[in-house]
Amino acid sequence: MNANAIQLLLSALLLLTTFILLIQRRIDSMIYTYAWQSAFLSLATLAASFITPYQWDLFFSALLIFALKVIFIPWFLRYLSHRLSSKNPSDNATSLVARPFLLSMIASALVLFSYNLTHSLRTSTQLFSSNAIAIALSIILLGMLLIITHRKAVSHALGFMVIENGIFFAALILTRGMPMKIELGIAFDVLVAIILFGVFFFHLNTSIDSLDVDSLNRLREGTEL
Amino acid sequence: MIFYAILLTPLLGIILFSFIRKARWAVSINLFISTVNFIAMILLLMRWQTTPSFFILHAHEQLYLDALGLIGWTLTTFIGMTTALFSYGYMLQNLQERRITLKRLQLYHLFYQSFIFSLLIAFSANNIGLLWVAIEGATLATVLLVSLYRTPEAIEAAWKYFIICIVGIALALFGTILIYFAAQTSLDPSHAILWNALALHAKTLNPSIMILAFVFLFVGYGTKAGLVPFHFWLPDAYSESPGPVAALLSGLLLNVALYALLRFQILTNLSLQNGLANHLMIVFGLLSFVFASLTLHHQQNIKRMFSYSSIEHVGIMTFAFGLGNAVAILSGLFYLIIHALIKSAIFTTVGNVMHLTHTQKIEKIRGLLKLNPWVGWLLIVALFAIAGAPPFGLFIGEVGVFLATLQTDPYLAIILGLGFLVVFAALLRYMQSMALGNPDKTAYPTPPIAKINLVPAGLHLLIVLILGLYIPSFFMQILKQAASLFIGQ
Repeated sequence: MNANAIQLLLSALLLLTTFILLIQRRIDSMIYTYAWQSAFLSLATLAASFITPYQWDLFFSALLIFALKVIFIPWFLRYLSHRLSSKNPSDNATSLVARPFLLSMIASALVLFSYNLTHSLRTSTQLFSSNAIAIALSIILLGMLLIITHRKAVSHALGFMVIENGIFFAALILTRGMPMKIELGIAFDVLVAIILFGVFFFHLNTSIDSLDVDSLNRLREGTEL
Repeated sequence: MIFYAILLTPLLGIILFSFIRKARWAVSINLFISTVNFIAMILLLMRWQTTPSFFILHAHEQLYLDALGLIGWTLTTFIGMTTALFSYGYMLQNLQERRITLKRLQLYHLFYQSFIFSLLIAFSANNIGLLWVAIEGATLATVLLVSLYRTPEAIEAAWKYFIICIVGIALALFGTILIYFAAQTSLDPSHAILWNALALHAKTLNPSIMILAFVFLFVGYGTKAGLVPFHFWLPDAYSESPGPVAALLSGLLLNVALYALLRFQILTNLSLQNGLANHLMIVFGLLSFVFASLTLHHQQNIKRMFSYSSIEHVGIMTFAFGLGNAVAILSGLFYLIIHALIKSAIFTTVGNVMHLTHTQKIEKIRGLLKLNPWVGWLLIVALFAIAGAPPFGLFIGEVGVFLATLQTDPYLAIILGLGFLVVFAALLRYMQSMALGNPDKTAYPTPPIAKINLVPAGLHLLIVLILGLYIPSFFMQILKQAASLFIGQ
């Protein structure tokens, strides 16, 4: 197996994990799936760093992803969701998605759409990069779909992280990653964002007594104050 | 030297506020740092005047300040200073009324200076990746400021703001990567991400990638600016945040999003030459303007009403920049400055009004002139100014945009003119009901308002009035320099 085949396999796995994330029934399994997806992303970055020799930036990025997205963020989200959801057992009983089949059909349509949209970007005839860019855009769109269809705050955090993974993957295949300084800046912003998500979980839990964002309906046009 | 002094002063503030715990010290130091920052800015402006440079490059070309960025810096430091003056009394009062704790006051000041720092970086970033990081930083810094009061409403507003804006801005990052990719063939990797290099070699960028990139950037930064299909977070965030924070959001955050949009508009126009960026901006600008001016009519909450006014004005500005001729660009820039000044004056005044009447409901606010003539008059003047009444600066901006529209698309001028009238009528009606008449004195005790809390709004409105009557030549020179970026002279 050559390096391109490995990368093609990894990009397929990235898309597969996104689909699985979308239709998971429980928060815990979603978090594990996210960790797997990040692990594949980390491997893809590592593979890219071997294809172009002396790319220490990419090697470092792979380590950064592993530490941040495979270990820290899943651990942090799991810790928070366990600590907060135990109070309200009825929250955990119901499945996260009502119609998984319909959802995966919509997701498939989005994948086709992104293949169509990225048609103009396929500058090289290489099998890997022409597929990978469409996959990167699909992951971004599926992350947005996840945020729209789910109603738990933790799923929203995961949806944002999936979008972030998609963007990182796009940068990896299009331009072999962003310059290191920018990469670090983005990683810092992501870290702050995930901590803010944590702060919000606590605030939401105290103000609406659950992490179900459907209960956020106080602010509407023309409501009495 | 002065360049770095301005950039690093807020950073000093961030470090200081990690230690200071005494309330009175904290508010004073916040005011002091912001004032020092603005004084340094005046020095930079004076130097700019003596040696009319077109841009400053720093830090291995990562930082870059041209006339457009200079406008951003001046507004940021000035509004940062006046809002710090307003928040001096406002925050101490909140502390007394136990609406916030001492710890949250510390948080407030930390995020206040981080926000100013992010904005200064954003306005002077040459690296488009750095621009994105700074704008994301500005978003993250304001999220917990919106929910400072920790009421369920405030938390809901902050959550919506947070989730919509970070997803929106993630799309802008994807657009940024696409631009970096489009430049790979013609520029070496270390320059492909620098705005000035991209602008210089814009014609060599791959056009089909640039189209896709601009659409993503437009949606991303447009969400942050509050353009219409992506505006849902804005009225909630403005109405639930504390007075000074609403002033910062409406006066500064809106500008930085629009600024990023303008940078990429310039780049896309240079590259594509088919006006795709301009068309998008005209359509969505006009849509925002029409939608918001109609929504303005049936508002019950004073802060929500003014946030729809912000959407309306950002619509006009986007529309003006989309028109793309010299008159439209100049009026658009002028409009941007005046709007930032008036809107932050309005939100500080509304903070005072709420302190007087203990309500945000428009129908419960009555007879402000009799309740407190100073606040009443300030609100009347501010309402006339934001409605675009003649002696104030916004009038010139509106006339400029209108004339530019007549020049290029006469049919759109009809919509624009009707919209101006609709907005004017709505604001006049609100002014009449809130300021005139007799107050319901039995309903609430009316606390006195310290005169110092009125100074920021008064100062802003005075500047707006002066700019409406007389435009200094140095001011005009900077506007022309900034406009030349768009027209490419």
